[in-house]
Amino acid sequence: MSAYLHGFGAHVPPRVVTNAELAARLDRTPEWIEGASGIRERRWADAETSVADLAVAAAEDCLARAGVNASALGMVMVASGSGSRGFPGPAAEVAARLGLSTAPAIDVPMASAGSLFGLALAMRLADSVQASGGDILVIGAEKMSALIEASPLDANTAILFGDGAGAALVSARPHSTAGAWRLVDAAIHTDGQFREELRWSPGGALAMNGLSVILQASRKIPAAISEVLARQGVAAGEVAAFLLHQANLNLLARVAKTLGVGPEKVFTNVERYGNTSSASMLIAAAEWAAARPAPGPGPIVFAAFGAGFHWGAVLAAPD
Amino acid sequence: MVNMSDATRRARLRALVEKVAGKPAPADDDESLFESGLLDSFALPDLVGAIEEDFGVKIPDADLNPRKFDSVARMDEYIGARLA
Repeated sequence: MSAYLHGFGAHVPPRVVTNAELAARLDRTPEWIEGASGIRERRWADAETSVADLAVAAAEDCLARAGVNASALGMVMVASGSGSRGFPGPAAEVAARLGLSTAPAIDVPMASAGSLFGLALAMRLADSVQASGGDILVIGAEKMSALIEASPLDANTAILFGDGAGAALVSARPHSTAGAWRLVDAAIHTDGQFREELRWSPGGALAMNGLSVILQASRKIPAAISEVLARQGVAAGEVAAFLLHQANLNLLARVAKTLGVGPEKVFTNVERYGNTSSASMLIAAAEWAAARPAPGPGPIVFAAFGAGFHWGAVLAAPD
Repeated sequence: MVNMSDATRRARLRALVEKVAGKPAPADDDESLFESGLLDSFALPDLVGAIEEDFGVKIPDADLNPRKFDSVARMDEYIGARLA
């Protein structure tokens, strides 16, 4: 089995929603919002923008950065928990808008851990997809504002979420001598006994037991990371960057502390985009990678946790 | 097996709550530590970690239900059962 990461892409809608704007609607202060979440602002899409619109924009950004035409894709995965209808999910529309008419397009309707699961599955599928068609594009896209605005604003959730999309290109072999990230190992897990703790259904309100989510995430994210690092004999201190689901700044700091690494090792942009659910990890990866023209030095770790509960980690190393 | 009285166990749990919260625990052991605002979601993992260390027990993820740690009385019930 071999799988390589060739690049990332991202898209966020232009409208900035500040803490001051939300605070006025929630009878809270901007300082309370930032203290509870670390978030200063987030992006919310307009009414006409769909999850597929966000996904296609991130996909095009990823393909452009990687220098790959969409015709080279053998599979598309779209992670999203905020699609507006049951079926078909956004993957079919995204594939069609990328000009694909036979490549399988798979929805991963898992919310926050969706793009991490997509990356782990792409790693395992890369060889067979390459043999039958081409590369795999993993996308995470969310319009969380549609969930937030569908019912009276709840201060516990409205302050957290934002809209956006991220993407990653995975293939079974390196595209060029410019270097790529080799996907080394993945650990993905689910414990469905907690499935009611964070949930949403179309037409309903987002429901979250924040105590349970933070309690479980604060254990399971470091545990999954430690699982892949131990299996590969890599110390946490050797990791160049941890590119994690951007749930909450306080949670990210806690993960760093548990792993025994400095907070600077954990890339954050939750301050500017809020929690964009399945999109956040790949948006973070795209921003982190944009400042680094070549892979390395040192391995990188992806990790996420979300509704289900689903969680996991993926280790990649410069090839 | 740890041998301690119910009163000792509850006193240790109250002390751990106060250590994590940095404030006195409610006089009523049945009062919710979260609804009262004494603890927030990020204090809960600290409290669980402190209980594990103090009592020498590993609380499995499957038992990490916030309702088990909502009050001193509920924590006492859970830890008492674990140590029995």
